[in-house]
Amino acid sequence: MTDPLTPPRRKDPLVTTHLGHVSPALRSRAATAMAARAGQGRFVLQVCDDCAQATYPPRDRCPFCWGALHWQDQPNGAVIAAQTTIRSSIDLFFKDHLPWRIGTARLDAGPMATVHLHGDVGRGDRVRMELKLDRAGNPALFAMPEKETPHMADDPQLRVFTADPKYRRILVTDGRSATGQAVAEALLKAGAKTVFLGNADPLMRYPGQDRIEAVDGIEPVRLSLTDTRSIEALAGQLGGRVDIVVNTVGFTRQGGVGFGGNLNNLQSGLDLEVTGLMRLAQGFAPALSARSDDGDNAAAALVDIASIHGLTGRAGFAGSSATAAARLSLIASLRGEMAQTGIRVISVLTGPVDDGWHQNVPPPKTTAAQIARAVVTALQQGQETICADEVAKDVLARWQDDPILTIREENK
Amino acid sequence: MSKPLLADLAMALASGQVRVIDLTNTLSPDFPVIVLPPEFGQCAPFRMEKLSRYDENGPAWYWNNISMNEHTGTHFDAPAHWVTGKDLPSNTVDAIPAQDFVAPAVVIDISAEAAADADFVLTRDFLEQWETAYGTIPPGHWIALRTDWYKRVGTAAYLNLLEDGAHSPGPDAGAVEFLVHDRNCVGLAVETVGTDAGQASRFNPPLPAHSILHGNGRFGLQCLTNLDQLPTFGAIIVACPLKIEGGSGSPLRVIALVEGKAA
Repeated sequence: MTDPLTPPRRKDPLVTTHLGHVSPALRSRAATAMAARAGQGRFVLQVCDDCAQATYPPRDRCPFCWGALHWQDQPNGAVIAAQTTIRSSIDLFFKDHLPWRIGTARLDAGPMATVHLHGDVGRGDRVRMELKLDRAGNPALFAMPEKETPHMADDPQLRVFTADPKYRRILVTDGRSATGQAVAEALLKAGAKTVFLGNADPLMRYPGQDRIEAVDGIEPVRLSLTDTRSIEALAGQLGGRVDIVVNTVGFTRQGGVGFGGNLNNLQSGLDLEVTGLMRLAQGFAPALSARSDDGDNAAAALVDIASIHGLTGRAGFAGSSATAAARLSLIASLRGEMAQTGIRVISVLTGPVDDGWHQNVPPPKTTAAQIARAVVTALQQGQETICADEVAKDVLARWQDDPILTIREENK
Repeated sequence: MSKPLLADLAMALASGQVRVIDLTNTLSPDFPVIVLPPEFGQCAPFRMEKLSRYDENGPAWYWNNISMNEHTGTHFDAPAHWVTGKDLPSNTVDAIPAQDFVAPAVVIDISAEAAADADFVLTRDFLEQWETAYGTIPPGHWIALRTDWYKRVGTAAYLNLLEDGAHSPGPDAGAVEFLVHDRNCVGLAVETVGTDAGQASRFNPPLPAHSILHGNGRFGLQCLTNLDQLPTFGAIIVACPLKIEGGSGSPLRVIALVEGKAA
């Protein structure tokens, strides 16, 4: 049974902050491909085109027949065949997390694999395998209890692979929107200690203000992503206390490119969502990075919510889609930077959000509750990419299958 | 040969006999801008990005890139700002004769009325009664409407935007017609975010200050501060908008010259 996580103690000001080391990052292209799928929450293995056998770890050719390999979703059951506890390591990351339990698992998909063990599993157990990302963004197999056990998510080894909101202090950048409010409340329900809720214009009322600001654990803060100084001021105050940043800002307007587009709307969107994201990252990334292994409430993640149509463009929302594209591009670059410091960078992808700026768009639309759920799930699972709803899932699936075709389809 | 006027002024400035009052709010990201219904284009607030501050981007110099709307912060409205002034000659900030940027002001104090009623409407009747008490408004003057609204800057009560719209004082059509046609004013200078009352879009005709002032080639000055430091008569306002090509208005530093030593 897992010991439940207790509220983290206040930091002793005389103790040196524990630096966040990450596991070795040098991996093959095949391992990187596995990481990309792990980041989406999939459980995949390579399967041979010729002999149809699954293989692990990632390789360039089939170890049985030299056939070409392709990635395939696999059944995630396994049995732990052997276990051991590592008590000594020269690796800077594992050295700080000893003792560390690993084992050998016979995967239902075929291969034997060396896996990380949840505290509630041992030799002979049926387990549920998860494909996780480690702090550096490398793929790792993690053996979970087959059925839910008490306080399962609090397992210290598991928490290395997740960014669970429990007891964490979280900045939600825009609390003026329904999305920001839903995200804030969902995070508190998931155990967050505090949600600092951004307000770009504290002198101007907003819908739901009285209710959300009265919720236990919500602390309104002044934050405008278009105002560099407001970010610097807030980062100066809270940088060392924020464990997770969730960027909920958005600026969507209808319009085309040559027809019906509005330059001011494009500029406003780019300033808020793209330049604003860089301002936010420059304000908070350094402090997050410095605290990525700072005990139970170590800094863990930066989450950004953007439209799936950043991948494709979208007829009628050209400017907003271009903004989302730039946002996704910055997030991809930031992910690479933050992997070196042990902070997970998460993209929550949405379809057209069910708000006042998508009134002309027929359902299905992405609700604030769906976005909130996706944020919490991605943090709890330690995913890099998650779709908030079926529209986003559909576009992503088509885009992964045939990007050029999907771009055409979405811009008709 | 008469004594040069400017020499007298220069002496008075040097001795402090003529003082300069700053009527300008500080341009900062926090200063509120007018809020229109969301479907309209929005007035950009003031923003500033540092280019360098004695650092790797400029080791010995400090400077910023700034951005804003023409009507952000303490600002000047040119006649072209309103549709009624669109066809007037010299109706943009670059074309207005510089002579017009320096003019005397008469200060009409409605601060007590505005304190009692945020929706106080300045009428022709009120102005005529005011003239009985203080004297006729001379031609060629700025009409400076003292409301003490500047004291609300930094609070939600400045824009005072409630669910039924903004609530702030301003003139009705009769008052503006009177000031423009009967008193030949230079323009209307106010502490609120606009020359019109907060509820003026519901007036008939709507937004009379913008409509009538600009339709007759007069100017607006908004978001002023310190009007309570000006005498009723005798102050000179210096308000030079930036020379923006075809510009409808401009943020600016507004100062007033007043006679007499500081109290």
